[in-house]
Amino acid sequence: MQSRNRIAYAFLAPYLLIFTAFWLWPIIDSFLLSFQNTRVNPWTFSPGLNWGRLSRDPAFYNALKNTLLILVVQVPVMITLATIMAVLLNSPLLKARGLFRFAFFAPVVVGEVAYAAVFRLMFNLNFGIINKLLNTVGIPSVSWFAEKPPAMALLIIAVTWRWAGYNAIIILAGLQSIPNDVYEAATLDRVSKIRQFFFITLPLLRPIILFCMVLSIIGSMQLFTEPFLITDRGGPGGGTETLGLFLYRQGFVSLNFGYASAIAYTIAALAVLISLLNLWLGREPK
Amino acid sequence: MKSKSRSTATRSLLLHLALTPLAIIWLFPLWMMVVFSTMPDHGIFSPRIELLPSTHFAENFRNLQADTNFLRALTISITVAVVYTVLSVMLTSMAGWALARYRFLGRSIVVAIILGTITLPYFVVVIPQFIMVAREFKMSNSWIALVVPPLFNSLGVLFMRQAFTMMPSELFDAARVEGVKEWQIFLRIALPLARPTMAALSIILFLASWNNYLWPLLINSRPDMMTAPVALGTLIGFTKVSWGGIMAGAVVLTGPMLVVFVLLQRHFIAGIAAGAVK
Repeated sequence: MQSRNRIAYAFLAPYLLIFTAFWLWPIIDSFLLSFQNTRVNPWTFSPGLNWGRLSRDPAFYNALKNTLLILVVQVPVMITLATIMAVLLNSPLLKARGLFRFAFFAPVVVGEVAYAAVFRLMFNLNFGIINKLLNTVGIPSVSWFAEKPPAMALLIIAVTWRWAGYNAIIILAGLQSIPNDVYEAATLDRVSKIRQFFFITLPLLRPIILFCMVLSIIGSMQLFTEPFLITDRGGPGGGTETLGLFLYRQGFVSLNFGYASAIAYTIAALAVLISLLNLWLGREPK
Repeated sequence: MKSKSRSTATRSLLLHLALTPLAIIWLFPLWMMVVFSTMPDHGIFSPRIELLPSTHFAENFRNLQADTNFLRALTISITVAVVYTVLSVMLTSMAGWALARYRFLGRSIVVAIILGTITLPYFVVVIPQFIMVAREFKMSNSWIALVVPPLFNSLGVLFMRQAFTMMPSELFDAARVEGVKEWQIFLRIALPLARPTMAALSIILFLASWNNYLWPLLINSRPDMMTAPVALGTLIGFTKVSWGGIMAGAVVLTGPMLVVFVLLQRHFIAGIAAGAVK
Protein backbone atom coordinates (compact mmCIF):
# COMPACT_ATOMS: atom_id res chain seq x y z
CA MET A 1 0.00 0.00 0.00
CA GLN A 2 2.93 2.28 0.72
CA SER A 3 4.16 2.07 -2.84
CA ARG A 4 0.64 2.70 -4.14
CA ASN A 5 0.69 6.01 -2.27
CA ARG A 6 3.89 6.93 -4.06
CA ILE A 7 2.56 5.94 -7.48
CA ALA A 8 -0.71 7.78 -6.98
CA TYR A 9 1.03 10.96 -5.90
CA ALA A 10 3.46 10.71 -8.82
CA PHE A 11 0.48 10.81 -11.17
CA LEU A 12 -1.16 13.61 -9.20
CA ALA A 13 1.96 15.72 -8.65
CA PRO A 14 1.91 18.04 -11.70
CA TYR A 15 -1.79 18.72 -11.28
CA LEU A 16 -1.50 19.37 -7.54
CA LEU A 17 1.47 21.65 -8.15
CA ILE A 18 -0.55 23.84 -10.52
CA PHE A 19 -3.47 23.71 -8.13
CA THR A 20 -1.39 24.79 -5.15
CA ALA A 21 0.39 27.61 -6.98
CA PHE A 22 -2.52 29.06 -8.92
CA TRP A 23 -5.60 28.20 -6.85
CA LEU A 24 -4.93 27.12 -3.28
CA TRP A 25 -2.43 29.85 -2.51
CA PRO A 26 -4.47 32.58 -4.28
CA ILE A 27 -7.61 31.58 -2.33
CA ILE A 28 -5.71 32.13 0.92
CA ASP A 29 -3.80 35.14 -0.37
CA SER A 30 -6.84 37.10 -1.54
CA PHE A 31 -8.46 36.48 1.84
CA LEU A 32 -5.36 37.92 3.53
CA LEU A 33 -5.16 40.77 1.02
CA SER A 34 -8.69 41.86 1.89
CA PHE A 35 -7.34 42.85 5.33
CA GLN A 36 -4.39 44.81 3.98
CA ASN A 37 -3.92 48.37 2.92
CA THR A 38 -2.50 47.96 -0.59
CA ARG A 39 -2.44 51.65 -1.37
CA VAL A 40 0.72 52.24 0.66
CA ASN A 41 4.17 50.83 -0.02
CA PRO A 42 4.92 48.40 1.59
CA TRP A 43 1.42 47.02 2.15
CA THR A 44 0.29 47.10 5.78
CA PHE A 45 -2.12 45.03 7.85
CA SER A 46 -5.22 47.11 8.34
CA PRO A 47 -8.14 44.76 9.02
CA GLY A 48 -11.06 47.15 8.94
CA LEU A 49 -9.99 49.33 6.05
CA ASN A 50 -11.30 47.53 2.94
CA TRP A 51 -14.30 45.92 4.57
CA GLY A 52 -15.29 49.19 6.21
CA ARG A 53 -14.97 51.04 2.94
CA LEU A 54 -17.00 48.35 1.15
CA SER A 55 -19.84 48.62 3.66
CA ARG A 56 -20.35 52.29 2.86
CA ASP A 57 -19.25 52.57 -0.76
CA PRO A 58 -22.21 53.74 -2.88
CA ALA A 59 -20.44 52.38 -5.99
CA PHE A 60 -20.49 48.91 -4.42
CA TYR A 61 -24.20 49.11 -3.63
CA ASN A 62 -24.90 50.30 -7.15
CA ALA A 63 -22.99 47.36 -8.63
CA LEU A 64 -24.64 44.95 -6.17
CA LYS A 65 -28.11 46.22 -7.04
CA ASN A 66 -27.47 45.93 -10.77
CA THR A 67 -26.00 42.45 -10.44
CA LEU A 68 -28.90 41.18 -8.34
CA LEU A 69 -31.42 42.75 -10.71
CA ILE A 70 -29.83 41.01 -13.70
CA LEU A 71 -29.66 37.75 -11.76
CA VAL A 72 -33.28 37.82 -10.59
CA VAL A 73 -34.63 38.55 -14.07
CA GLN A 74 -32.16 36.77 -16.29
CA VAL A 75 -31.69 33.40 -14.57
CA PRO A 76 -35.40 32.42 -14.39
CA VAL A 77 -36.08 33.67 -17.93
CA MET A 78 -33.11 31.80 -19.34
CA ILE A 79 -33.75 28.54 -17.46
CA THR A 80 -37.43 28.57 -18.51
CA LEU A 81 -36.42 29.15 -22.11
CA ALA A 82 -33.75 26.46 -21.93
CA THR A 83 -36.26 23.97 -20.51
CA ILE A 84 -38.71 24.77 -23.31
CA MET A 85 -35.95 24.37 -25.91
CA ALA A 86 -34.84 21.05 -24.44
CA VAL A 87 -38.38 19.62 -24.17
CA LEU A 88 -39.27 20.65 -27.73
CA LEU A 89 -35.94 19.39 -29.11
CA ASN A 90 -36.60 16.07 -27.38
CA SER A 91 -39.97 15.59 -29.12
CA PRO A 92 -40.04 12.54 -31.43
CA LEU A 93 -42.23 14.56 -33.81
CA LEU A 94 -39.46 17.04 -34.59
CA LYS A 95 -38.18 17.25 -38.17
CA ALA A 96 -34.83 18.81 -39.13
CA ARG A 97 -33.62 18.18 -35.59
CA GLY A 98 -30.00 18.90 -36.49
CA LEU A 99 -30.85 22.37 -37.77
CA PHE A 100 -32.76 23.33 -34.61
CA ARG A 101 -30.02 21.95 -32.40
CA PHE A 102 -27.48 24.00 -34.32
CA ALA A 103 -29.56 27.17 -33.93
CA PHE A 104 -29.84 26.88 -30.16
CA PHE A 105 -26.46 25.35 -29.34
CA ALA A 106 -24.25 27.40 -31.67
CA PRO A 107 -23.97 30.45 -29.33
CA VAL A 108 -22.14 28.16 -26.88
CA VAL A 109 -19.02 28.26 -29.08
CA VAL A 110 -19.18 32.00 -29.81
CA GLY A 111 -16.58 34.00 -27.91
CA GLU A 112 -17.60 36.85 -25.64
CA VAL A 113 -15.78 39.50 -27.65
CA ALA A 114 -17.26 38.40 -30.98
CA TYR A 115 -20.80 38.38 -29.72
CA ALA A 116 -20.36 41.62 -27.78
CA ALA A 117 -19.31 43.33 -31.01
CA VAL A 118 -22.32 42.00 -32.94
CA PHE A 119 -24.77 43.01 -30.24
CA ARG A 120 -23.32 46.50 -30.15
CA LEU A 121 -23.92 46.91 -33.86
CA MET A 122 -27.35 45.27 -33.85
CA PHE A 123 -28.63 47.52 -31.06
CA ASN A 124 -27.03 50.75 -32.33
CA LEU A 125 -29.42 53.69 -31.86
CA ASN A 126 -29.63 55.07 -35.40
CA PHE A 127 -28.25 52.32 -37.61
CA GLY A 128 -28.86 49.13 -35.63
CA ILE A 129 -30.98 46.48 -37.27
CA ILE A 130 -33.09 46.03 -34.11
CA ASN A 131 -34.28 49.63 -34.05
CA LYS A 132 -34.85 49.56 -37.82
CA LEU A 133 -37.01 46.46 -37.44
CA LEU A 134 -38.87 48.03 -34.49
CA ASN A 135 -39.51 51.11 -36.64
CA THR A 136 -41.01 49.05 -39.45
CA VAL A 137 -43.70 47.78 -37.07
CA GLY A 138 -44.31 51.30 -35.78
CA ILE A 139 -42.31 51.17 -32.55
CA PRO A 140 -40.00 54.18 -32.04
CA SER A 141 -36.24 53.59 -31.71
CA VAL A 142 -34.99 52.55 -28.27
CA SER A 143 -31.76 54.14 -27.07
CA TRP A 144 -30.26 50.87 -25.86
CA PHE A 145 -27.01 52.40 -24.64
CA ALA A 146 -27.98 55.85 -23.37
CA GLU A 147 -30.68 54.92 -20.84
CA LYS A 148 -30.42 52.53 -17.98
CA PRO A 149 -33.53 50.30 -18.32
CA PRO A 150 -32.95 49.47 -22.00
CA ALA A 151 -29.22 48.98 -21.34
CA MET A 152 -30.05 46.47 -18.59
CA ALA A 153 -32.55 44.77 -20.89
CA LEU A 154 -29.87 44.58 -23.58
CA LEU A 155 -27.44 42.84 -21.20
CA ILE A 156 -30.15 40.38 -20.16
CA ILE A 157 -31.02 39.65 -23.80
CA ALA A 158 -27.36 39.17 -24.71
CA VAL A 159 -26.54 36.85 -21.81
CA THR A 160 -29.73 34.85 -22.39
CA TRP A 161 -28.85 34.42 -26.07
CA ARG A 162 -25.36 33.24 -25.19
CA TRP A 163 -26.21 30.78 -22.40
CA ALA A 164 -29.75 29.41 -22.96
CA GLY A 165 -28.50 26.74 -25.36
CA TYR A 166 -25.76 25.71 -22.95
CA ASN A 167 -28.36 25.03 -20.28
CA ALA A 168 -30.66 23.38 -22.83
CA ILE A 169 -27.88 20.86 -23.60
CA ILE A 170 -27.64 19.90 -19.93
CA ILE A 171 -31.42 19.73 -19.50
CA LEU A 172 -31.78 17.71 -22.72
CA ALA A 173 -29.26 15.17 -21.41
CA GLY A 174 -31.42 14.94 -18.29
CA LEU A 175 -34.59 14.45 -20.32
CA GLN A 176 -33.02 11.64 -22.30
CA SER A 177 -32.18 9.81 -19.10
CA ILE A 178 -35.87 9.59 -18.11
CA PRO A 179 -37.00 6.05 -19.01
CA ASN A 180 -39.63 5.92 -21.73
CA ASP A 181 -41.91 3.42 -19.97
CA VAL A 182 -42.87 6.09 -17.43
CA TYR A 183 -44.51 8.03 -20.25
CA GLU A 184 -45.93 4.90 -21.86
CA ALA A 185 -47.66 3.97 -18.61
CA ALA A 186 -49.00 7.51 -18.27
CA THR A 187 -50.27 7.51 -21.84
CA LEU A 188 -52.05 4.19 -21.24
CA ASP A 189 -53.71 5.80 -18.23
CA ARG A 190 -54.85 8.60 -20.56
CA VAL A 191 -52.80 11.30 -18.85
CA SER A 192 -52.57 14.27 -21.24
CA LYS A 193 -49.17 15.35 -22.59
CA ILE A 194 -49.39 18.64 -20.73
CA ARG A 195 -50.12 16.92 -17.42
CA GLN A 196 -47.29 14.47 -18.14
CA PHE A 197 -44.94 17.43 -18.52
CA PHE A 198 -45.97 19.03 -15.21
CA PHE A 199 -46.34 15.86 -13.13
CA ILE A 200 -43.63 13.59 -14.57
CA THR A 201 -41.04 15.55 -16.55
CA LEU A 202 -40.60 18.61 -14.35
CA PRO A 203 -40.34 16.74 -11.02
CA LEU A 204 -37.77 14.33 -12.51
CA LEU A 205 -35.81 17.25 -13.98
CA ARG A 206 -35.77 19.14 -10.68
CA PRO A 207 -32.18 18.28 -9.69
CA ILE A 208 -30.83 19.14 -13.14
CA ILE A 209 -32.71 22.42 -13.33
CA LEU A 210 -31.42 23.33 -9.87
CA PHE A 211 -27.89 22.47 -11.00
CA CYS A 212 -28.30 24.77 -14.03
CA MET A 213 -29.66 27.52 -11.81
CA VAL A 214 -26.71 27.29 -9.43
CA LEU A 215 -24.24 27.44 -12.35
CA SER A 216 -26.11 30.44 -13.77
CA ILE A 217 -26.21 32.22 -10.42
CA ILE A 218 -22.44 31.83 -10.05
CA GLY A 219 -22.02 33.01 -13.65
CA SER A 220 -24.27 36.06 -13.17
CA MET A 221 -22.47 37.06 -9.99
CA GLN A 222 -19.27 37.24 -12.08
CA LEU A 223 -20.74 39.03 -15.09
CA PHE A 224 -17.92 41.10 -16.54
CA THR A 225 -17.30 40.98 -20.31
CA GLU A 226 -20.83 41.93 -21.36
CA PRO A 227 -21.08 45.17 -19.35
CA PHE A 228 -17.40 45.84 -20.15
CA LEU A 229 -17.75 45.57 -23.92
CA ILE A 230 -21.45 45.75 -24.86
CA THR A 231 -22.59 48.61 -22.63
CA ASP A 232 -19.13 50.22 -22.70
CA ARG A 233 -17.68 49.88 -19.17
CA GLY A 234 -21.00 49.63 -17.37
CA GLY A 235 -22.65 52.61 -19.01
CA PRO A 236 -24.68 54.74 -19.11
CA GLY A 237 -23.10 56.37 -16.06
CA GLY A 238 -22.70 53.16 -14.05
CA GLY A 239 -26.22 52.06 -14.98
CA THR A 240 -25.03 48.57 -15.92
CA GLU A 241 -22.01 48.38 -13.63
CA THR A 242 -21.83 44.86 -12.19
CA LEU A 243 -19.83 43.49 -9.27
CA GLY A 244 -17.40 41.89 -11.72
CA LEU A 245 -16.77 45.19 -13.46
CA PHE A 246 -16.50 47.03 -10.13
CA LEU A 247 -13.86 44.51 -9.01
CA TYR A 248 -12.00 44.91 -12.32
CA ARG A 249 -11.94 48.68 -11.89
CA GLN A 250 -10.69 48.55 -8.30
CA GLY A 251 -8.23 45.72 -8.83
CA PHE A 252 -6.84 46.24 -12.28
CA VAL A 253 -7.44 49.91 -13.12
CA SER A 254 -6.82 51.48 -9.68
CA LEU A 255 -4.54 48.55 -8.73
CA ASN A 256 -6.05 48.49 -5.24
CA PHE A 257 -5.65 44.75 -4.72
CA GLY A 258 -6.79 44.74 -1.09
CA TYR A 259 -10.11 46.38 -1.82
CA ALA A 260 -10.63 44.23 -4.93
CA SER A 261 -10.02 41.10 -2.80
CA ALA A 262 -12.72 42.17 -0.36
CA ILE A 263 -15.06 42.55 -3.35
CA ALA A 264 -14.01 39.10 -4.64
CA TYR A 265 -14.85 37.44 -1.32
CA THR A 266 -18.15 39.30 -1.20
CA ILE A 267 -18.99 37.93 -4.66
CA ALA A 268 -18.06 34.39 -3.55
CA ALA A 269 -20.06 34.63 -0.33
CA LEU A 270 -23.12 36.01 -2.11
CA ALA A 271 -22.87 33.33 -4.83
CA VAL A 272 -22.86 30.61 -2.15
CA LEU A 273 -25.71 32.22 -0.18
CA ILE A 274 -27.95 32.73 -3.20
CA SER A 275 -27.19 29.22 -4.48
CA LEU A 276 -28.12 27.72 -1.11
CA LEU A 277 -31.28 29.83 -0.97
CA ASN A 278 -32.13 28.59 -4.45
CA LEU A 279 -31.54 24.94 -3.48
CA TRP A 280 -33.68 25.42 -0.36
CA LEU A 281 -36.53 27.00 -2.33
CA GLY A 282 -36.33 24.24 -4.91
CA ARG A 283 -36.15 21.37 -2.43
CA GLU A 284 -38.32 18.27 -2.75
CA PRO A 285 -41.77 19.02 -1.28
CA LYS A 286 -42.33 16.78 1.72
CA MET B 1 -57.21 5.70 -35.27
CA LYS B 2 -57.71 8.41 -37.83
CA SER B 3 -58.34 11.10 -35.20
CA LYS B 4 -55.21 10.05 -33.37
CA SER B 5 -52.97 10.54 -36.40
CA ARG B 6 -54.60 13.89 -37.05
CA SER B 7 -53.87 15.01 -33.52
CA THR B 8 -50.27 13.92 -33.99
CA ALA B 9 -50.08 15.98 -37.16
CA THR B 10 -51.54 18.99 -35.34
CA ARG B 11 -49.08 18.58 -32.50
CA SER B 12 -46.20 18.30 -34.95
CA LEU B 13 -47.36 21.46 -36.71
CA LEU B 14 -47.65 23.38 -33.43
CA LEU B 15 -44.21 22.15 -32.40
CA HIS B 16 -42.62 23.48 -35.58
CA LEU B 17 -44.62 26.71 -35.39
CA ALA B 18 -43.21 27.32 -31.92
CA LEU B 19 -39.63 26.32 -32.63
CA THR B 20 -39.05 27.94 -36.03
CA PRO B 21 -39.37 31.60 -34.96
CA LEU B 22 -37.27 30.88 -31.88
CA ALA B 23 -34.59 29.27 -34.04
CA ILE B 24 -34.62 32.22 -36.46
CA ILE B 25 -34.20 34.67 -33.56
CA TRP B 26 -31.35 32.56 -32.19
CA LEU B 27 -29.54 32.37 -35.54
CA PHE B 28 -30.08 36.05 -36.28
CA PRO B 29 -27.00 37.47 -34.44
CA LEU B 30 -24.74 34.92 -36.13
CA TRP B 31 -26.25 35.71 -39.50
CA MET B 32 -25.81 39.43 -38.91
CA MET B 33 -22.19 38.83 -37.91
CA VAL B 34 -21.61 37.36 -41.37
CA VAL B 35 -23.59 40.13 -43.07
CA PHE B 36 -21.72 42.93 -41.25
CA SER B 37 -18.35 41.32 -41.98
CA THR B 38 -19.04 41.58 -45.73
CA MET B 39 -20.34 45.15 -45.73
CA PRO B 40 -18.32 48.35 -46.05
CA ASP B 41 -18.61 50.65 -43.01
CA HIS B 42 -20.87 53.11 -44.83
CA GLY B 43 -23.18 50.16 -45.48
CA ILE B 44 -23.24 49.10 -41.82
CA PHE B 45 -24.02 52.65 -40.74
CA SER B 46 -26.69 53.39 -43.30
CA PRO B 47 -30.39 53.90 -42.60
CA ARG B 48 -31.36 51.05 -44.93
CA ILE B 49 -32.21 47.58 -43.72
CA GLU B 50 -29.52 45.23 -45.03
CA LEU B 51 -30.06 41.54 -44.39
CA LEU B 52 -27.94 39.98 -47.13
CA PRO B 53 -24.16 39.62 -47.33
CA SER B 54 -22.17 41.90 -49.59
CA THR B 55 -18.66 41.34 -51.00
CA HIS B 56 -16.29 43.39 -48.86
CA PHE B 57 -14.95 40.71 -46.53
CA ALA B 58 -11.35 40.80 -47.78
CA GLU B 59 -11.29 44.59 -47.66
CA ASN B 60 -12.68 44.54 -44.11
CA PHE B 61 -10.07 42.05 -43.02
CA ARG B 62 -7.33 44.26 -44.46
CA ASN B 63 -8.76 47.20 -42.49
CA LEU B 64 -8.73 45.08 -39.34
CA GLN B 65 -5.13 44.10 -39.99
CA ALA B 66 -4.32 47.83 -40.32
CA ASP B 67 -6.12 48.70 -37.05
CA THR B 68 -4.41 45.95 -35.05
CA ASN B 69 -1.99 43.20 -36.06
CA PHE B 70 -4.73 40.60 -36.07
CA LEU B 71 -2.80 37.89 -37.90
CA ARG B 72 -0.15 37.97 -35.21
CA ALA B 73 -2.82 37.84 -32.53
CA LEU B 74 -4.38 34.84 -34.27
CA THR B 75 -1.04 33.05 -34.34
CA ILE B 76 -0.67 33.63 -30.61
CA SER B 77 -4.21 32.43 -29.91
CA ILE B 78 -3.79 29.25 -31.96
CA THR B 79 -0.42 28.39 -30.40
CA VAL B 80 -1.63 29.05 -26.87
CA ALA B 81 -4.82 27.03 -27.39
CA VAL B 82 -2.91 24.03 -28.78
CA VAL B 83 -0.23 24.01 -26.08
CA TYR B 84 -2.79 24.63 -23.35
CA THR B 85 -5.02 21.81 -24.57
CA VAL B 86 -2.18 19.27 -24.78
CA LEU B 87 -0.80 20.16 -21.35
CA SER B 88 -4.20 20.30 -19.70
CA VAL B 89 -5.29 16.94 -21.12
CA MET B 90 -2.02 15.43 -19.86
CA LEU B 91 -2.41 16.86 -16.36
CA THR B 92 -6.08 16.01 -15.99
CA SER B 93 -5.78 12.48 -17.36
CA MET B 94 -2.86 11.68 -15.05
CA ALA B 95 -4.70 13.09 -12.06
CA GLY B 96 -7.96 11.45 -13.12
CA TRP B 97 -6.17 8.11 -13.41
CA ALA B 98 -4.72 8.41 -9.90
CA LEU B 99 -8.12 9.30 -8.44
CA ALA B 100 -9.91 6.53 -10.31
CA ARG B 101 -7.52 3.63 -9.88
CA TYR B 102 -5.54 3.93 -6.64
CA ARG B 103 -6.60 4.00 -3.03
CA PHE B 104 -4.22 6.34 -1.31
CA LEU B 105 -3.94 8.57 1.70
CA GLY B 106 -5.77 11.87 1.19
CA ARG B 107 -7.75 10.79 -1.85
CA SER B 108 -11.11 11.91 -0.51
CA ILE B 109 -9.60 15.26 0.50
CA VAL B 110 -8.27 15.82 -3.03
CA VAL B 111 -11.67 14.95 -4.52
CA ALA B 112 -13.47 17.24 -2.06
CA ILE B 113 -11.15 20.14 -2.91
CA ILE B 114 -11.63 19.64 -6.65
CA LEU B 115 -15.41 19.57 -6.22
CA GLY B 116 -15.25 22.67 -4.02
CA THR B 117 -13.44 24.74 -6.63
CA ILE B 118 -16.20 24.18 -9.23
CA THR B 119 -18.49 26.60 -7.45
CA LEU B 120 -15.76 29.05 -6.48
CA PRO B 121 -15.88 32.31 -8.44
CA TYR B 122 -12.74 32.87 -10.51
CA PHE B 123 -12.44 36.41 -9.11
CA VAL B 124 -11.28 34.96 -5.79
CA VAL B 125 -8.07 33.66 -7.40
CA VAL B 126 -7.46 36.11 -10.22
CA ILE B 127 -6.06 38.95 -8.09
CA PRO B 128 -3.27 36.92 -6.42
CA GLN B 129 -2.60 35.16 -9.75
CA PHE B 130 -2.08 38.56 -11.30
CA ILE B 131 0.14 39.80 -8.47
CA MET B 132 2.22 36.63 -8.62
CA VAL B 133 2.69 36.50 -12.39
CA ALA B 134 2.91 40.21 -13.16
CA ARG B 135 4.63 41.57 -10.07
CA GLU B 136 6.61 38.78 -8.42
CA PHE B 137 7.69 36.80 -11.49
CA LYS B 138 7.54 39.86 -13.78
CA MET B 139 6.15 37.64 -16.52
CA SER B 140 3.48 39.82 -18.10
CA ASN B 141 3.37 39.63 -21.89
CA SER B 142 4.87 36.16 -22.01
CA TRP B 143 3.72 32.84 -23.42
CA ILE B 144 4.03 31.10 -20.05
CA ALA B 145 1.75 33.67 -18.44
CA LEU B 146 -0.93 32.88 -21.01
CA VAL B 147 -0.70 29.10 -20.76
CA VAL B 148 0.22 28.04 -17.23
CA PRO B 149 -2.07 29.78 -14.68
CA PRO B 150 -5.31 28.66 -16.40
CA LEU B 151 -4.12 25.01 -16.44
CA PHE B 152 -5.98 24.02 -13.29
CA ASN B 153 -9.26 22.53 -14.41
CA SER B 154 -11.53 20.75 -11.96
CA LEU B 155 -14.19 19.46 -14.33
CA GLY B 156 -11.62 17.95 -16.68
CA VAL B 157 -10.25 15.78 -13.89
CA LEU B 158 -13.70 14.57 -12.89
CA PHE B 159 -14.46 13.84 -16.54
CA MET B 160 -11.28 11.77 -16.98
CA ARG B 161 -11.71 10.03 -13.63
CA GLN B 162 -15.19 8.97 -14.71
CA ALA B 163 -13.78 7.42 -17.91
CA PHE B 164 -11.07 5.48 -16.04
CA THR B 165 -13.47 4.30 -13.33
CA MET B 166 -15.76 2.74 -15.90
CA MET B 167 -13.00 0.54 -17.38
CA PRO B 168 -12.99 -3.08 -16.16
CA SER B 169 -10.23 -3.58 -13.58
CA GLU B 170 -9.44 -7.13 -14.84
CA LEU B 171 -7.75 -5.41 -17.76
CA PHE B 172 -5.19 -3.71 -15.53
CA ASP B 173 -4.85 -6.58 -13.05
CA ALA B 174 -3.91 -8.96 -15.85
CA ALA B 175 -1.16 -6.60 -16.96
CA ARG B 176 0.09 -6.23 -13.38
CA VAL B 177 0.32 -10.02 -13.00
CA GLU B 178 2.56 -10.03 -16.05
CA GLY B 179 4.75 -7.43 -14.40
CA VAL B 180 3.88 -4.39 -16.52
CA LYS B 181 4.86 -1.15 -14.76
CA GLU B 182 2.13 1.19 -13.53
CA TRP B 183 3.03 4.08 -15.83
CA GLN B 184 3.04 1.68 -18.77
CA ILE B 185 -0.40 0.39 -17.81
CA PHE B 186 -1.54 4.00 -17.84
CA LEU B 187 0.12 4.92 -21.13
CA ARG B 188 -0.37 1.71 -23.10
CA ILE B 189 -3.72 0.39 -21.86
CA ALA B 190 -5.74 3.07 -20.10
CA LEU B 191 -5.03 6.13 -22.26
CA PRO B 192 -5.87 4.50 -25.61
CA LEU B 193 -9.15 3.28 -24.13
CA ALA B 194 -9.94 6.79 -22.89
CA ARG B 195 -9.49 8.31 -26.33
CA PRO B 196 -13.15 9.35 -26.86
CA THR B 197 -13.23 11.11 -23.50
CA MET B 198 -9.92 12.81 -24.23
CA ALA B 199 -11.28 13.97 -27.58
CA ALA B 200 -14.37 15.50 -25.97
CA LEU B 201 -12.27 17.14 -23.27
CA SER B 202 -9.76 18.49 -25.81
CA ILE B 203 -12.47 20.23 -27.78
CA ILE B 204 -13.89 21.87 -24.69
CA LEU B 205 -10.45 22.94 -23.45
CA PHE B 206 -9.40 24.29 -26.84
CA LEU B 207 -12.60 26.31 -27.03
CA ALA B 208 -12.13 27.63 -23.49
CA SER B 209 -8.60 28.79 -24.28
CA TRP B 210 -9.58 30.19 -27.69
CA ASN B 211 -12.35 32.31 -26.17
CA ASN B 212 -10.62 33.15 -22.88
CA TYR B 213 -10.80 36.89 -22.40
CA LEU B 214 -10.29 38.19 -18.84
CA TRP B 215 -6.94 36.58 -18.00
CA PRO B 216 -5.21 37.40 -21.34
CA LEU B 217 -6.66 40.92 -21.09
CA LEU B 218 -5.08 41.40 -17.67
CA ILE B 219 -1.75 39.74 -18.20
CA ASN B 220 -0.81 40.38 -21.84
CA SER B 221 -1.65 43.99 -22.57
CA ARG B 222 1.29 44.74 -24.89
CA PRO B 223 -0.08 44.88 -28.45
CA ASP B 224 2.41 42.37 -29.87
CA MET B 225 1.52 39.76 -27.23
CA MET B 226 -2.27 40.09 -27.30
CA THR B 227 -4.48 37.12 -28.08
CA ALA B 228 -7.05 37.56 -30.84
CA PRO B 229 -10.10 38.20 -28.58
CA VAL B 230 -8.12 40.79 -26.58
CA ALA B 231 -6.88 42.51 -29.75
CA LEU B 232 -10.42 42.62 -31.11
CA GLY B 233 -11.78 43.83 -27.76
CA THR B 234 -9.45 46.84 -27.71
CA LEU B 235 -11.03 48.07 -30.96
CA ILE B 236 -14.59 47.95 -29.61
CA GLY B 237 -15.43 51.38 -28.30
CA PHE B 238 -13.07 53.34 -30.49
CA THR B 239 -14.81 55.54 -33.04
CA LYS B 240 -12.13 55.75 -35.72
CA VAL B 241 -12.01 52.06 -36.36
CA SER B 242 -13.42 49.85 -39.07
CA TRP B 243 -16.50 48.08 -37.73
CA GLY B 244 -16.59 45.93 -40.82
CA GLY B 245 -13.08 44.94 -39.80
CA ILE B 246 -14.15 44.08 -36.25
CA MET B 247 -16.92 41.92 -37.68
CA ALA B 248 -14.49 40.20 -40.05
CA GLY B 249 -12.38 39.40 -36.99
CA ALA B 250 -15.44 38.09 -35.16
CA VAL B 251 -16.22 35.81 -38.10
CA VAL B 252 -12.63 34.54 -38.19
CA LEU B 253 -12.80 33.80 -34.44
CA THR B 254 -16.24 32.18 -34.57
CA GLY B 255 -16.35 30.43 -37.96
CA PRO B 256 -13.81 27.66 -37.32
CA MET B 257 -15.41 26.89 -33.95
CA LEU B 258 -18.84 26.59 -35.59
CA VAL B 259 -17.43 24.21 -38.20
CA VAL B 260 -15.80 22.10 -35.47
CA PHE B 261 -19.07 22.21 -33.56
CA VAL B 262 -21.05 20.92 -36.53
CA LEU B 263 -18.54 18.18 -37.31
CA LEU B 264 -18.00 17.04 -33.73
CA GLN B 265 -21.37 17.87 -32.16
CA ARG B 266 -21.47 14.60 -30.27
CA HIS B 267 -18.18 15.29 -28.46
CA PHE B 268 -19.15 18.87 -27.74
CA ILE B 269 -22.46 17.92 -26.25
CA ALA B 270 -20.90 15.09 -24.24
CA GLY B 271 -18.37 17.56 -22.82
CA ILE B 272 -20.94 20.18 -21.95
CA ALA B 273 -23.48 17.72 -20.58
CA ALA B 274 -20.74 16.58 -18.20
CA GLY B 275 -20.50 20.19 -17.11
CA ALA B 276 -16.99 20.56 -18.50
CA VAL B 277 -17.23 24.21 -19.58
CA LYS B 278 -17.33 27.35 -17.44
